[in-house]
Amino acid sequence: MTRPRGTLIRNTTVTRLNHWLTAACFVLLMLSGLAMFHPLLFWLSALFGGGQWMRAIHPWIGLVLVVSYAGMIVQFWRDNLWTRDDVAWALAINKVLANEEEGVPEVARFNAGQKMVFWSMALLIPVLLFTGILVWDYYFEAFSSVETQRFALLIHSLAAIAAIIIWITHVYAAIWVRGSMRAMTQGYVTPGWAWRHHRKWFRSLAATGSTGPRPGNAADKTHK
Amino acid sequence: MADLQSQDYIRRSATTLTPPSVRNHEAEVAKLIDVTRCIGCKACQAACMEWNDLRTEMQSFEGSYDNPKDLDPSTWTLMRFTEHETADGNLEWLIRKDGCMHCEDPGCLKACPAPGAIVQYANGIVDFISENCIGCGYCVKGCPFNIPRISKVDHKSYKCTLCSDRVGVGLEPACVKACPTGAIMFGSKADMADWAGERIVDLKSRGYENAGLYDPPGVSGTHVMYVLHHADKPSLYAGLPDDPKISAAVEFWKGLIKPVALAGVALAAVSGFLHWVVAGPNEVQPEDEVEAQHLLAAERSKRDTENRYIADEPA
Repeated sequence: MTRPRGTLIRNTTVTRLNHWLTAACFVLLMLSGLAMFHPLLFWLSALFGGGQWMRAIHPWIGLVLVVSYAGMIVQFWRDNLWTRDDVAWALAINKVLANEEEGVPEVARFNAGQKMVFWSMALLIPVLLFTGILVWDYYFEAFSSVETQRFALLIHSLAAIAAIIIWITHVYAAIWVRGSMRAMTQGYVTPGWAWRHHRKWFRSLAATGSTGPRPGNAADKTHK
Repeated sequence: MADLQSQDYIRRSATTLTPPSVRNHEAEVAKLIDVTRCIGCKACQAACMEWNDLRTEMQSFEGSYDNPKDLDPSTWTLMRFTEHETADGNLEWLIRKDGCMHCEDPGCLKACPAPGAIVQYANGIVDFISENCIGCGYCVKGCPFNIPRISKVDHKSYKCTLCSDRVGVGLEPACVKACPTGAIMFGSKADMADWAGERIVDLKSRGYENAGLYDPPGVSGTHVMYVLHHADKPSLYAGLPDDPKISAAVEFWKGLIKPVALAGVALAAVSGFLHWVVAGPNEVQPEDEVEAQHLLAAERSKRDTENRYIADEPA
């Protein structure tokens, strides 16, 4: 990907491919899951070639999502570790929501909201995997009692709804904070974007002369 | 069948609208299985196979008269044999014809996510409409009697239809017709309850104090009822549930959380939109770019100074 001179790498190509594979799986799972959750949305099954196809494909997409999200965890867990600054940032959420980021604690690579999205999904996806396997009747019907499967379905639905609400927040934040979408499609941000939204991350890049996504990246020396 | 009786539904799975229901002057039917008169001949099983053209796979003998061993997609009714030893040391052979109970409040229908895959006719029969079935197995979770079975071949759910095709044209179910002892009766639910009442009086007079009718209120009654010698302990009869109810997990999953969850999702989306309208996008300002360039320049000159210092060091 050609990157305009002077911009910073926010997400590498691998990260972006990994993210969009996860996103595609999530959207397909959400559409098929909602179709099976509420009769008003059953028409979404047509997108999958009908109810039988939808029912058959949903768990397989789920497995791809699990593998894909594991890749996200490998790439992102370190930058998502919770710090004391995150508490202060979360307490100043009103200012953030009003687009007044001055006076809010400086943010490293991810802010507290992004970290919450990351860790919520890191928790919910294994729950969805485990409960989903229990009700994947074609292969796993005999592995648990019907009563267990009833609760598995209930928990699966509740976890999925939580994940969908978090996903909506995630998508809206990407639309709201301009420049974020390009950070995940083309992978780069301007120094001003980094200064405004992730100043601590920006400082660490500037101090080492890195063009991102992590400070002190030796490969970036040629860009200086 | 689905087409013949489509104006006859009182319940239809995964449907938020009222199903066609003008044909409402129809008597509720019931099958009465008098366990006390059953001799275990399996004529009902054979008749079911014959009428419905069902043949399950050959299985091996494993020390029980139950044959086949369990209900399956091709076995819609099954004689279950229980050897029960009474308090005074006698052996009772309890033989129960298992199969769909045709609940008045069907858990399978409540759990089903596919519109019209499970219907209940005005006469009370609960029927699976295979063309709409998606094979998810939710009906299995909804059922308090462990009845529906999903085919591994065509991924459809199967169970006793109460011979809805026969009943629809004024015939009795095949198993009823075949029963040689009159242990299986069919008629209006009221008539069957009356007949059961007479049988129970008779049984009590012959020492079966706990004889009674099994028409469990937990599922608002059933359209297949049993006369039991030990109605105080239905579970003696190969695990017939003592107090069958749709599981609380299923009721919650199919009840309150459906509207609440959709409202929550809608609220999240609307909140985002309203935030956009009120606060608007968070855009990088020209000052941000200027500040950023200042910092970059400062850091660059700092590094250059350090590099020069390092370069000046003697090797």
